[in-house]
Amino acid sequence: MVEKLIFEKSVSGRRGHYLPPLDVPACSVQEAIPAKLRRKKTPVLPQLTEVEVVRHYTRLSSLNYGVDTGFYPLGSCTMKYNPKINEDAANLAGFSQIHPDQPAESVQGALELMVKLQQYLAEIAGMDAFTLQPAAGAHGELTGLLLIRAYHAAQGEQQRDKVLIPDSAHGTNPATASLAGCQIIQIPSNGQGEVDLVALKRVVGKDTAALMLTNPNTLGLFETQIAEIAAIVHEAGGLLYYDGANMNAIMGYARPGDMGFDVVHFNLHKTFSTPHGGGGPGSGPVGVKRKLEPFLPKPVIIYDRQKQRYRFDGERPQSIGRVKAFYGNFGVLVKAFTYILMLGGKGLKEASEKAVLNANYLLKLLSQDYEQPFAGLCKHEFIVTPPKTKEGGIRTLDVAKRLLDYGFHPPTVYFPLIVAEALMIEPTETENKSTLDAFAAVMARIAQEAEENPEILHQAPHQTPLSRLDETQAARRPVLRWKAD
Amino acid sequence: MPFLPHTRAEEETMLKTIGVSSVDELFGDIPRELCLDRPLQLPLGLSEKEAWEEVERLAQKNKHTGQYLCFRGAGAYEHYQPKAVKHLLARSEFYTAYTPYQPEISQGTLQAIFEYQTSICELTGMGVANASHYDGATALAEAALMAVEATGRSKIAVSSLVHPEYRETLKTYLFRRGVEIIELPYQEGLTAVDELAGVLTNDVAAVIIQSPNFWGSIEDLAQFAELIHQQGGLLIACCDPLALGVLASPGELGADIAVGEGQSLGLPLSFGGPYLGFMACQEKYVRRLPGRIVGKTVDRLGREGFVLTLQAREQHIRREKAGSNICSNQSLCALAAAIYLALLGPQGLEEVGRQCWQKSHYAKELLAELPGVSLPFAAPFFQEFVVQTAEAPALINQRLWEAGILGGLDLGRYYPELENYLLLCVTEMRTKEEIEQLVEVWGGVSGGKTHF
Repeated sequence: MVEKLIFEKSVSGRRGHYLPPLDVPACSVQEAIPAKLRRKKTPVLPQLTEVEVVRHYTRLSSLNYGVDTGFYPLGSCTMKYNPKINEDAANLAGFSQIHPDQPAESVQGALELMVKLQQYLAEIAGMDAFTLQPAAGAHGELTGLLLIRAYHAAQGEQQRDKVLIPDSAHGTNPATASLAGCQIIQIPSNGQGEVDLVALKRVVGKDTAALMLTNPNTLGLFETQIAEIAAIVHEAGGLLYYDGANMNAIMGYARPGDMGFDVVHFNLHKTFSTPHGGGGPGSGPVGVKRKLEPFLPKPVIIYDRQKQRYRFDGERPQSIGRVKAFYGNFGVLVKAFTYILMLGGKGLKEASEKAVLNANYLLKLLSQDYEQPFAGLCKHEFIVTPPKTKEGGIRTLDVAKRLLDYGFHPPTVYFPLIVAEALMIEPTETENKSTLDAFAAVMARIAQEAEENPEILHQAPHQTPLSRLDETQAARRPVLRWKAD
Repeated sequence: MPFLPHTRAEEETMLKTIGVSSVDELFGDIPRELCLDRPLQLPLGLSEKEAWEEVERLAQKNKHTGQYLCFRGAGAYEHYQPKAVKHLLARSEFYTAYTPYQPEISQGTLQAIFEYQTSICELTGMGVANASHYDGATALAEAALMAVEATGRSKIAVSSLVHPEYRETLKTYLFRRGVEIIELPYQEGLTAVDELAGVLTNDVAAVIIQSPNFWGSIEDLAQFAELIHQQGGLLIACCDPLALGVLASPGELGADIAVGEGQSLGLPLSFGGPYLGFMACQEKYVRRLPGRIVGKTVDRLGREGFVLTLQAREQHIRREKAGSNICSNQSLCALAAAIYLALLGPQGLEEVGRQCWQKSHYAKELLAELPGVSLPFAAPFFQEFVVQTAEAPALINQRLWEAGILGGLDLGRYYPELENYLLLCVTEMRTKEEIEQLVEVWGGVSGGKTHF
């Protein structure tokens, strides 16, 4: 490894933080807690001074690549710029140092922010009500499917337990349906990359709970027949679930609610500029049409007009219950709220407009050297595959690893599953033309290298602190923690 | 528009390259009847200065712990966050990165998580830990599902002294999976171990015990481990990792899975989130452990490095057959916990635990001397304890709040049978003087110092 493990830097007796001296009369832990409940073996934790800890993590950070480092065209992840004001807003003492169980009158600002964010999201989605409780997109999906099942059960239709999912869907969709106790029916895509209506009609019925759909789909294509799809599912008594992973393409242009969706989730860490944090925390608010509102997770936040104050309301007899402790990833909500304030309705629409412009521009540049499996315009992201070469073709993984040498984060690879060797590219709206041009030039160069010197690709990356890592060995002989010799 | 780079000239060039005459043409695939024919009804965009003034206005409408004395815990704890934690978390190479799918340029996140997993294993006494979960409640719910899968059984027994919101979350997660939940009664501030014989049968997948439990008392996990293991089920222990510098680890006491809320390890209260669900288990269950896991491997040249591993368990590979749908972790929160533990080290962590313990006991003794206040339970506790009062909790808390003190949680909210019981929390943050102030205002001796 590039940097020694913090445990290997540890020296017994060092310390990075000291407490004030104990100011209450000392009483003996030994006397009050029976020996069998007390810790016997001291945990092996690092022992370092503050400067050593600070240097360790600063050096680790330098081995990372973030949006602040450079271009991050990771398809379906919407790696847009994370405005700095967001971080400072969430760190305000009035937000970061409030206890979740304070009296409601002492958190009116926090509640007002949450209610307003719910309203903003409802307007963007074309839905009637939102919950901010889910902690991530996948968590929002689970919440949404539990809402749908509760709705059907309330109609006396407990038998509705089949969830229809296109074959281009994210893996979370089927995994979520399974977690919600449903069975999955996969719907094939047609030649245009959209949902095959004939196949859909064949499988909808009295056991259909919902169709889960991303629109634009994971190929970056708008499902042009969405109105018909909605009609087919609704006529069969099922509901439509909108996976908001790709909402960045259509803000202000079209709304899931108007397309016929009954439940949606958004990823605030994608569309609404909150940072991904190296894998979290995110936030996955869920919006519903009026008929599903009684089932939302409790508590909900309401504004009491008479008393002119906000409060929590836990009296929701039809609620699916809680999906986590407290009320959601509040700190993340503050960031998304701040972002929406700055962009406003006009700005959000313009963000989508530029996201789609950037994607189409980059697609045009790349299509000179790479294959485009679905012809025509795209929305905010698109799929290309590596060109055929004398050798018979280069692998997507090789292109991705070679991009690292040129200082770019690679696109999403091998997804969606329905396109072999897929490179899924989402530039987002915050990238300028020069960056897109530079990326396209590097991609062209890699295509040329594939023809002339394929070995340089197979061996890539060459410039990173470590070369390609052996994932097979990691899984076969798992080493998941450090141990003292 | 903020954060959007193109000049008009650049935009023209780009449109020409694409071969369209306007941006609207790029949206021509959206059927006309589905297009929103009006502007979004949202606030007008604000400049950064104006947006900042608005968020400050909202923040100022809240009372924060710098303005009142916090004696409330109940699942969210005010501890001291060393300054270095926040500074290191502000490294944008950490916070603006995605999930480390490309290990060659993500060794920072990967190594930090590997070190976090090691620290969680050390604290909990478990063989393996995952890269973290949304929060304590969801980690608990997924641990229950893991036990159901591992044993092929369909009942979960959960102590009524597990955090009420965790139990609600558990119910939400298990309901549609057809798993039956049995709630275990309490006795003398502890889970009633005597009444378990008939309940813990050989169709129970796991028993879930929190220690310190929701009322602050330390449970004898070993007793529960023995009882459930006799029936071939698992023990899931829900713990506060901060207490584990002082208290025996769940691993030492026979737990099979350890979960809990890691907020106490250097994360701010933040009105309930984002927090840190941790999850660890005995090594034999590793392939059933949900969530991201980082493992060590080598690169082409034999140099050691880290990758996300055992991905064959996960949703992007197994789709509907995956044990969980989770595809993220609370990476930045796990980083905070790792940094916190590195700064404190074993001595520092033990000292924080001792101070919480000693200060809460000091407060308990002073409160017990007040007329009308009694201590209903004798069980050992860590930093939270229950008092019974002659006066209504609402009146006491009102008096305290007016003096700038957030008093205890009225347990009647979650346990209707408990009238006039308050759950108090005293961490290392509270000074002797502040504890005495609590007691004085509580007893009506003084109006205290108004903080607002």
